[in-house]
Amino acid sequence: MSEYKNMKKTARIKEVAIKSVTCLLLLFWAFLVLFPFYWMILTSVKSYGAYNSEYIPKFYTLAPTLQNYVDAFTTVSLGKYLSNTLVFTVITTMLMLAVVILAAFAFARLEFKGKQLMFVIFLSMMMIPNELVVITNFVTITNLNLRNSFAGLILPSVMSVFYIYLLKENFEQIPDSLYYAAKVDNTSDFKYLLRVVLPMSKPTLITIILLKVIECWNSYVWPRLITDKESYFLVSNGIQEIRENGFGRENIPAMMAAVVVISAPLLLLFIMFHKKVMAGVSRGGIKG
Amino acid sequence: MKLFLSQKFNTWKGWLYLLPALLFLGVFMLYPLVDVFIYSFEEGYNSASQTYFGIGMYNYSYVLHDPYFLQAVKNTFLLVLITVPLSTGIALLISVGLHSIRPLRELLQTIYFLPYVTNTLAVGLVFMILFKKTAYSDGFVNLILNWFGAGPVDFIDGPYWAKMFVLCFYTIWVVMPFKILILTSALASVNQDYYRAAKVDGTSNFRIFWKITLPMISPMIFYLIITGFIGAFKAYSDVVALFGTDLNAAEMNTIVGYVYDMLYGDSGGYPSYAAAAAILLFSIVLTVTCLNLLASQRKIH
Amino acid sequence: MEVTLQDLTKTYPSRSKKSRELVVAVKDFNFKIPDGTLIGLLGPSGCGKSTTLNLISGLQKPTKGKIFFGEEDVTNLLPEHRGIGLVFQNYALYPHLTVKQNILFPLENLKGKDKLSKQEMAEKAMDIAKLVQIEELMDRKPGELSGGQQQRVAIARALVKMPRVLLLDEPLSNLDARLRLQTREEIRRIQKETKITTIFVTHDQEEAMSISDLIVVMNKGIVQQIGNPQAVYDNPDSLFVAKFLGTPPINVFEGQIKNQHLYIGEEAVLQLDPLTKEHTPRKVFAAVRPEAFVLKEDGPLSCKLSGVEVMGRDVSVVSTNSASLTPKIRSIISAENKLETANPVIRFALRPKKVFLFDKETEKRIYVNLVSQSEGGMA
Repeated sequence: MSEYKNMKKTARIKEVAIKSVTCLLLLFWAFLVLFPFYWMILTSVKSYGAYNSEYIPKFYTLAPTLQNYVDAFTTVSLGKYLSNTLVFTVITTMLMLAVVILAAFAFARLEFKGKQLMFVIFLSMMMIPNELVVITNFVTITNLNLRNSFAGLILPSVMSVFYIYLLKENFEQIPDSLYYAAKVDNTSDFKYLLRVVLPMSKPTLITIILLKVIECWNSYVWPRLITDKESYFLVSNGIQEIRENGFGRENIPAMMAAVVVISAPLLLLFIMFHKKVMAGVSRGGIKG
Repeated sequence: MKLFLSQKFNTWKGWLYLLPALLFLGVFMLYPLVDVFIYSFEEGYNSASQTYFGIGMYNYSYVLHDPYFLQAVKNTFLLVLITVPLSTGIALLISVGLHSIRPLRELLQTIYFLPYVTNTLAVGLVFMILFKKTAYSDGFVNLILNWFGAGPVDFIDGPYWAKMFVLCFYTIWVVMPFKILILTSALASVNQDYYRAAKVDGTSNFRIFWKITLPMISPMIFYLIITGFIGAFKAYSDVVALFGTDLNAAEMNTIVGYVYDMLYGDSGGYPSYAAAAAILLFSIVLTVTCLNLLASQRKIH
Repeated sequence: MEVTLQDLTKTYPSRSKKSRELVVAVKDFNFKIPDGTLIGLLGPSGCGKSTTLNLISGLQKPTKGKIFFGEEDVTNLLPEHRGIGLVFQNYALYPHLTVKQNILFPLENLKGKDKLSKQEMAEKAMDIAKLVQIEELMDRKPGELSGGQQQRVAIARALVKMPRVLLLDEPLSNLDARLRLQTREEIRRIQKETKITTIFVTHDQEEAMSISDLIVVMNKGIVQQIGNPQAVYDNPDSLFVAKFLGTPPINVFEGQIKNQHLYIGEEAVLQLDPLTKEHTPRKVFAAVRPEAFVLKEDGPLSCKLSGVEVMGRDVSVVSTNSASLTPKIRSIISAENKLETANPVIRFALRPKKVFLFDKETEKRIYVNLVSQSEGGMA
């Protein structure tokens, strides 16, 4: 009897030990994830003088200042970068939505010759890596004289074959009888799409929008290739510009203020919609 | 049930709905895909006059003999071989840990996902500052190293291994959210009855993990390894974030970086070389992916 | 609106690619549905009843044959131009729209001279809501309604544009037993009030019999019998119809006609009307309705008793007989009849009007006049 009790006790101790080690590990990783964010916010509120006098960096500051944020918006064109990115993100996402919704509806609901073949072709497009097509796109956009223009930035970024697939699957879940009911009531296909299909697919649409916004906001490679005028820089290129030519010599607090401003919109969006974003990513399994 | 709904009318209507997607796809994906192969065989292409001398393998030969390209291949392979196993292993460890605790699980999950939604360039700058050693300060990481008695190292402009370390560290930090998310949802979808049955039989936790959990989620692990390989081979923007745009000078270029440098920038203007390098990269990626798939078919039930 | 079906036929190519044979869903359906009647299309699953409904609605196109609404040939008209109302088995209400928006939806599609003002639309929607008694649910979403309420909304949506023909596809199958009873009365009432020609599909014979003016029994794409429910029940044309209608189902025995008597097993249970001409001896199927059995000590049919189920007013006696094609014979007798359960053998007399004879090959009805043994004896 007591032997059994002892066994139970050692098992219990072992369990607690394992649990504590697990928790420590998990908290350590959480610390590694959060620390850069803490450091960027901390540095962004240190004054230029204070930061540069710290040979040994301090983990806190007693005299926070917002001067760096003022500098970030006045010394470099951070405001311009932000508004460019906003325009780019909004237009690209809206165009993508229109294109993707129409195509997904055609695949899910309409009957036409060659549909199956087209769908296979579309699916195979998902495997084409961006790096292969970017070369010709660069030449195409250059030849069209669209360098340093929103059209040049936006057009090649619109298509996302994967979202057509995702949305088609979603549209197909809507019972056929709703479509027949609408048909019998003399509803046009387009009206059925607008009034019935889209409202019913709202969750998936929101997921797609969120993923595309994240992709657009963070895009770097294409904008870098296609813009060399500062007035068309997006935030990613802006931050690179700031790093290499901005703020004179090594004004790191101001740089960090810019980084905070650039990261904040997506972080806020994520905090509001974290469940949707995570569900969407785990379903889609893609990183833009 | 095939239904009679204005069939004649629908044939052109379906194509009409598809038209915008077809246009974008044709102009920006299908045509470029064909075109990139043509570029790669056109020798001495001049982008200003759009003329070339002949057709052949010269572009490939040039790229393969370019020391910058070889450096980029070396860097890319090192990065892939280090980060893919490490990040997958750590992600597995964290996901299993996360699965075993109840409180805080959702909060931690959300925190772990944060790097996914941050701008790679912006946070890379933070990493650079944390690791950089300047005349004014040794930086945060060197401060920590100092506590353990290790000497200051310049991780950004210093020795090759130090730079490679930072790059791998940041890469793992960036890819982790995706892997943790996929693995935690894979773990959550394992039927709890298997665990209950094993517990009743007195199976040890380690054995349960090894004999039940791991085989059950092995398809997802292989999926992560395959996508991990593909992603790591295409590394570029996180490298730029840490070491700036002149990657050749920093000896830190990657194959994708080489492609873009050939295309545009200070050494740019050679779309043929870029095309050849890009096709070389994708033959490598394709080969590795096929090998992975072959291996996975043997190991996954 | 009178609906005429003329040689209506629908065939599909076979699913398996090898065989070129066509699957026949509906074959040569000819029928004139009188204006303002409620028709029940009845049959087991796969009998072609839903296909018939889809052909009438225009969701499917016939392989052969024609459909007329009144004098107008609608065979090649798209569903949206036929002016029909359709109620689906799963109701097909738009889940994101309120009840009111659902009902307004068909009206908003009207164009040209039919276009209604907002005011008129609201009035129409309200009228129809009152008719189906859902006026207090107008602002709810379908998800917040019970099955029966959803069904009413679906009917309201189908009726609001005053269709020429109302089609209901298994309208009650998603409801529980009590609601089903209530809702079918409701459908009957609404149909009576609107006088719209209504066709509904069901596999439930009780449902069809209880509310239809006419029922159409179908099997394997072929119409078996059309008529008013009681007439079809009392006079089935074929063994299939006899078996399909009635609960508990009809009992089928191997029988024989010989010596001017109907034999079940070795027992002569009924006599052929002596006034009719002599019948040649032949083997037949004898189908006996459960209510045809009468307990009688010296009855001609002997069965082994295997159980008694009390169903309230009536008693269901379960017994066996070697000539029966089903393992159990179910008979319904009034509860007042005393049943000696101790005795394993019970004897029945049969009511001749509730016994039907069918050809063993074609399973078609053999029309002979049957009379009770005693009457025959007296003659």
